[in-house]
Amino acid sequence: MALYILRRIALSIPALLGLILLTFVLSRVVPGDPAATLAGDSATPAQIAQIRAQYGLDRPILEQAVIHVRQVLSGDLGNSIFSGRPVAEEIWQRLPATLELTFVALFLATLLGIGLGLVAALDHNGPLDHLVRLVSVGGLAIASFWLAIMLQLQFSMEWNLLPLRGRLDVALGQVPRLTGFMLVDTLAIGRFDLFLDALRHLALPAFTLALPGLATIARFTRSGVLEVLQKDYVLYARAAGYGRFRLAAIYVLRNAVTVTVTQVGLLFGALVSGAVAVEAVFDWPGLGTYAVQAILSADYKALLAVTLVIGVVYAVVNVAVDVAQAIIDPRVADQ
Amino acid sequence: MDAALVIEDLAVQLRGRGEVADILDGITLTVPRGSVTGVVGESGCGKSTLLRAILGILPGRATTPRGRILFEGRDILPARAAKPHGRIGFVPQDPYLSLNPVFRAGDQILEIMRRHAPGTRAEHRAKLVELFRAVQLPDPEAALRKYPHQFSGGQRQRLLIAAALCCDPALIVADEPTTALDVTTQREVLGLLRELVRARGLSMLFVTHDFGVLASLCDEVSVLYAGRVAESGPTRAVLDTPTHPYTRMLLACHPDRAVELLGIPGAVPPATAQPAGCRFHPRCPVAQPDCRQDVPPLLPWSGGRAVACPHAARMEAHALA
Amino acid sequence: MTALRHLLRDPVAALGLLIVVFALFVAIFAPWIAPRPEDAFESNIMLRLQPPSAEFPFGTDDLGRDIFSRVILGTRSALVVAVSVVLAAIVIGVPIGLAAGWRDGWLSEVLMRVTDVFLAVPQLILALALGQLLAPGLTTAMVALALTYWPFFARTVFAETRRLRGALFVDALAGIGAHPMRILLLHVLPNAAPAVLVRATIGMGFTILTAALLGFLGVGAAPPTPDWGLAVAEARQHLPDAWWYATFPGLAIMLLVLGFNLLGDGLRDAADPRLRRSRK
Repeated sequence: MALYILRRIALSIPALLGLILLTFVLSRVVPGDPAATLAGDSATPAQIAQIRAQYGLDRPILEQAVIHVRQVLSGDLGNSIFSGRPVAEEIWQRLPATLELTFVALFLATLLGIGLGLVAALDHNGPLDHLVRLVSVGGLAIASFWLAIMLQLQFSMEWNLLPLRGRLDVALGQVPRLTGFMLVDTLAIGRFDLFLDALRHLALPAFTLALPGLATIARFTRSGVLEVLQKDYVLYARAAGYGRFRLAAIYVLRNAVTVTVTQVGLLFGALVSGAVAVEAVFDWPGLGTYAVQAILSADYKALLAVTLVIGVVYAVVNVAVDVAQAIIDPRVADQ
Repeated sequence: MDAALVIEDLAVQLRGRGEVADILDGITLTVPRGSVTGVVGESGCGKSTLLRAILGILPGRATTPRGRILFEGRDILPARAAKPHGRIGFVPQDPYLSLNPVFRAGDQILEIMRRHAPGTRAEHRAKLVELFRAVQLPDPEAALRKYPHQFSGGQRQRLLIAAALCCDPALIVADEPTTALDVTTQREVLGLLRELVRARGLSMLFVTHDFGVLASLCDEVSVLYAGRVAESGPTRAVLDTPTHPYTRMLLACHPDRAVELLGIPGAVPPATAQPAGCRFHPRCPVAQPDCRQDVPPLLPWSGGRAVACPHAARMEAHALA
Repeated sequence: MTALRHLLRDPVAALGLLIVVFALFVAIFAPWIAPRPEDAFESNIMLRLQPPSAEFPFGTDDLGRDIFSRVILGTRSALVVAVSVVLAAIVIGVPIGLAAGWRDGWLSEVLMRVTDVFLAVPQLILALALGQLLAPGLTTAMVALALTYWPFFARTVFAETRRLRGALFVDALAGIGAHPMRILLLHVLPNAAPAVLVRATIGMGFTILTAALLGFLGVGAAPPTPDWGLAVAEARQHLPDAWWYATFPGLAIMLLVLGFNLLGDGLRDAADPRLRRSRK
């Protein structure tokens, strides 16, 4: 298994190197002279030349590419054109907020999606089945920014049940940044009230973000369970007298979710896109709002760094998915 | 007679797309205690449905079956009857497809024992290792921790035989347990089964389409054709002096090979359009006018046999072919 | 043709087709269907933020424009964006997939590695980065979306080409001396077409959603263009009072995307006999 994990990590390295190169190419197709952009509007030609030398922009393009790769690998993503601060630092500040939101959404999507898919499959062509199919088709058609606003309208503005925006009610108190994950940090300082408040803040954004994933997972689980139910080993297990619940919920499901798990990896891309929209609507201080802010302030350094970081997270998630699959289905690692 | 299993006049129909398929009709057979009864027939003759009826896993589109299946003094056929899990061990046909690939093989058998055998998990494990040894699995202790794909086909069939034995059943039903294996492995598995039957005094219902296997393992045999019993009786008697025209022609075609009606004109009728009268009459060389109308009863015959052909006696005189 | 009949027999797919055809009709005849086509650009401050009524079925926006008309007019831009993006992605992706799938070698390797790199980043992020770098606006957003969606077509066609490359009829054609280009265009491509069509249909829904999001974020369509995503963004500051302002454009997005997704599902089932068999 360890060998399999290592091999899987090694396989993702070329794509990541390619991604670093891609960001380099992108940074060079910026219209205009990057040195002039960096120097600002009122820079003299001498200043621009100095900046060009400082950033190595006067060197041959291949050498620049090598320097770029080396910088990125050492964790140097450059300085934000907007704030002047190191981009890596700013991203590090905001990454946990996005990860917390995404993980909670992924958790919700997986839990509810698998449950709904299983229920639908066991009620094949019954009313529950049709209901779940409707949810799974509809869930993929809703624009997440719109759903977020509709939920805000109903739950926050109309019924006043859940907070409108942010991660925590500042009036309740301050949370020191330990991990950056609000749910973890509030518990770490023993403030259960703040933990609940953080959960309340997470509810709407996480649900909005989870819906498309939930739909996809429900759909794949449903067809997976239906397929597995036809297998000889299920018939054999019935003949041998397995319990009904155990058969459906454990025996069949574990086979069915091998396909579902692959989908979770593919879903991550959709989750990140969704996160940009959801963060924008709920003023969530994560990478999504950072990216939007970077666009609006023409901060290409920040934007490329976000692209890169998300690419890395994406790669990590996909490795994790493959490993999870190998754990669920022992045949995968043995191949 | 002391019987492990008695099937009386069993009939099963399957519904589907507005059609009704007559899968089994008037099946009567007995598995005497401590002996092996074979059920032989071509594919489509209803062997699998017979097994599913006994195991209580008839497909959902089966109509309410008719008849009785008596096991340990009660009828286990009705849908609401408690199923004899654990008391009837099942050896399935395909060892490659019958074990769930994502669970350890040992755990899958232990789950059956957890539900249907008395004792603690530790006792179950000890017993299973013992069974693994009995079915001659190499390294029984390690086998508990392995996944199905880490065993060979023959080993998997041994696992499944151990699974069938794990709750000390009163009856084993086996569904062509050697067809998916290569010839050498077939012989080994058959040898194992024969040995287990002798050593443990098992009662077994053994479905096959192979007369060679039948001869080497079974004491009694029932020959099925199109969902009905054509002929039944002691294996030696049936094989040596087949009486029903169908059995005769089968054995004439392939005296000790797989059942395939290559030499008999026509084909097995589809279960949705069974002919009236004797179901074999369209292909029978000695069919009489009454064969088209009357369902032939299963009549007692010499040597402890029963034959469903009223004209069999006359045929004795006019030797076939 | 049999595929089409199969499609129509599936009520879900037929519904999808109906929605898509309806949307196409609305988009083509938008200026004649919309009760107030002039509201694309004109404003009526006196009538601002009117709730839905007989005169304004979807209400009016903060400039007093008829939302119903603007939703109808927005159908056209949504479809134009989706069709152009998907077509452009096909034009880029299909040849790359064919070239990479037909022969092994360094070219194939390079092409597929590049495809992998593009697939290694979530589309939206890449589109944002590209779009921003080029120059914000609807056109760049479309270019960016096309530049990020082609890898899906390349992958699909690559897989199909690889599969067909070993097929007997392709060997036979090569044997009688058919030019590889001819084999690719006349024999391999038509066989890959169903997979591409399914991809394209699903890509339409995906593109409509992403384009709407870009509009919402302010990096897509610019005011006063009647754009659904943009309308939802403009509506935010008038919540919760003018609920209709945000609601109807969002519903329009949902309906159209739903249509494409249902149709895509139906097409996939019709194109894949294995799935067709397991439907019932």
